Amino acid sequence: MRRTPLTSKHESMQARIVDYEGWSMPVMYAGILEEARAVRNGAGMFDISHMGRVRFGGSGATAFLQSLTSNDVEALKPSEAQYSLLTNPEGGIIDDIIVYRESEEAYLVVINAGNAEKDKLWFKQHLTPSVNFTDLSSETAMIAVQGPKAPEIVADLANFPELLNLKRFQYFNGTISGSSVTYCRTGYTGEDGFEIILSAGAAETVWDELLKIGVTACGLGARDALRIEAGYPLYGHEIDDATSPVEALLMWVVKLDKGPFTGSDAIETLKKNGAPRRLVGLVSSERIQPRQGYNIFEKGTDKQIGVITSGVFSPTRERSIAMGYVTTEFAATGTIVEIAIRDKRIIAEVVPKKSLLTS
Amino acid sequence: MAKVPEDLKYSKTHEWVRVNGKIATVGITDHAQSELGDIVYLDLPEAGRILKIEDQFGEVESVKAVSELYSPLSGEVVESNTGIADKTETVNEDPFEKGWLVKIRMSDSSELDTLLGAAEYKSFADEGGH
Repeated sequence: MRRTPLTSKHESMQARIVDYEGWSMPVMYAGILEEARAVRNGAGMFDISHMGRVRFGGSGATAFLQSLTSNDVEALKPSEAQYSLLTNPEGGIIDDIIVYRESEEAYLVVINAGNAEKDKLWFKQHLTPSVNFTDLSSETAMIAVQGPKAPEIVADLANFPELLNLKRFQYFNGTISGSSVTYCRTGYTGEDGFEIILSAGAAETVWDELLKIGVTACGLGARDALRIEAGYPLYGHEIDDATSPVEALLMWVVKLDKGPFTGSDAIETLKKNGAPRRLVGLVSSERIQPRQGYNIFEKGTDKQIGVITSGVFSPTRERSIAMGYVTTEFAATGTIVEIAIRDKRIIAEVVPKKSLLTS
Repeated sequence: MAKVPEDLKYSKTHEWVRVNGKIATVGITDHAQSELGDIVYLDLPEAGRILKIEDQFGEVESVKAVSELYSPLSGEVVESNTGIADKTETVNEDPFEKGWLVKIRMSDSSELDTLLGAAEYKSFADEGGH
C-alpha cells in the first residue's frame, strides 16, 4: 500500500489503519463520533495527502483547463480556487476537482486519490505543446484543519492574522519552517477552516504543532460522516463516469455559457430535457444506517423509486441520514419514502441535500 | 488491551455469558466492541423468543460495519436490554455490565461446557479470531 508523509505518524498514534484506494490511511483515532463532534464544536485535522496534486503551466494552460473542466477558470483571479468537474464526452463525471489559479497561466489542480491515475492519463492525452504538466503529489502533503476554531488556529500557526480575511476558496502562499505552504479556505466538512498544502518534509512538524495546540486528529470515517451531513458528493457514491451534473445537482459548477468543453453538449441536452432522477437528502428518526446500494421504495408499496448512495448515523443529529437518487416525481422536499435495510423498511423524508443537518 | 473478565464464558463469535442459576446474561466482548467502533444501532429479540445455540438473534451496527449476534446457548429470551436502544454507546463504554444485550433462560446448561473460558477466549481473540 502507498504511504503518505504522515502514515508513520498515524501508526505511532495508534490510529486504525485501512486500505483506502490503495493508500494506507487512518480510518479512526479516538472514535468516529467523537472526532466528528470535535470538528463541529472545535477543530479537527485530517491527512488528505493521498489526494493528487498536479500543476499546469505554459501559454495554453488556461485554454486547456477551460476545455476539460466544467467551471469557468477565466473567472478566477490569481490566489482564488474553484470547485469544478472533469467531464467526459457523454457528460458524465470523470472526477470532481479543485482548481487553484496561481497566475495568469499557472494552475494547481487537486484530484481524488482513487481517480488520480485515470485523471492524469486523461490530462496527458489532451496536453498541447503549449501546456506543461508537473505531478507534485509525492513531494507535497495536504492537511485539512476544520471546525469553528480552525481559522484562528491556522492563522496562529502561520503567524499571519491576515489569513482570517481570506474568503471561502481564496488562498495564500506563505512559508513554514523555510518551505513553501499554501493555505486555502476550503474544506469538505461543512465547517470553516483551511486545507494546507505543504512540502512532504514539513508535514510531520506541522501535524505535531497542530496536535500541541489541541486540534483533534481525525480519520477518514469522521471525514465521511461530516461530508454526508454537509451534503457533499463523494466520487464513487453520488457521482461517477455515468452520472451527470444535472442529476447530481452540480450545475452550479457547470458554466455552459463559457463556451464548449468536453461533454457540454450532452449536459446541455439533459438539462433541457430534464433528468429522470435527482440526488436528494434523506432524514429519518431511526438509528439503523442506510448504506450505498440499498433500495428506496414508494411509501407502503413495492415500487422501487431509487437507491441510496451514502448513509450514516449523523454524529450531530444522532439519527440516520442519507443521500440517494430518486425518480424526479419523488424528489420534492417533504416526500415520505421507505428505505429497505436488510429485512427492514424504515421511513425517511426527502430534504434538500444541503439541509441534512438543519431539516 | 481488551478486558476479558475471568468469571465469564465466551463464544467464538465474541459473545460473553454470565450465569446466574438458570438465567444466562449475554453481551458482546470488549474485544468485539473495540473492533466495531462506535455502536449506533442494536436489533434485539423480543422476550419469549426461543433460540437454539448458534441461532442469529439480532445485530449490532457501528458507523462502519454491521455484525450479527449469535446465541451462545439454547433457551428462551426473558429480557432484552431495550433501555440502551437510544444509548448504544453504553455497549462501547461498559460491554460487560450496563451494556448487556439479552437474558436467556437456558434449556440445556450442559451447553456451557462448549463455551470458552477466559484464558482460551483471550488467546483466541489475540490471534485475531473472527
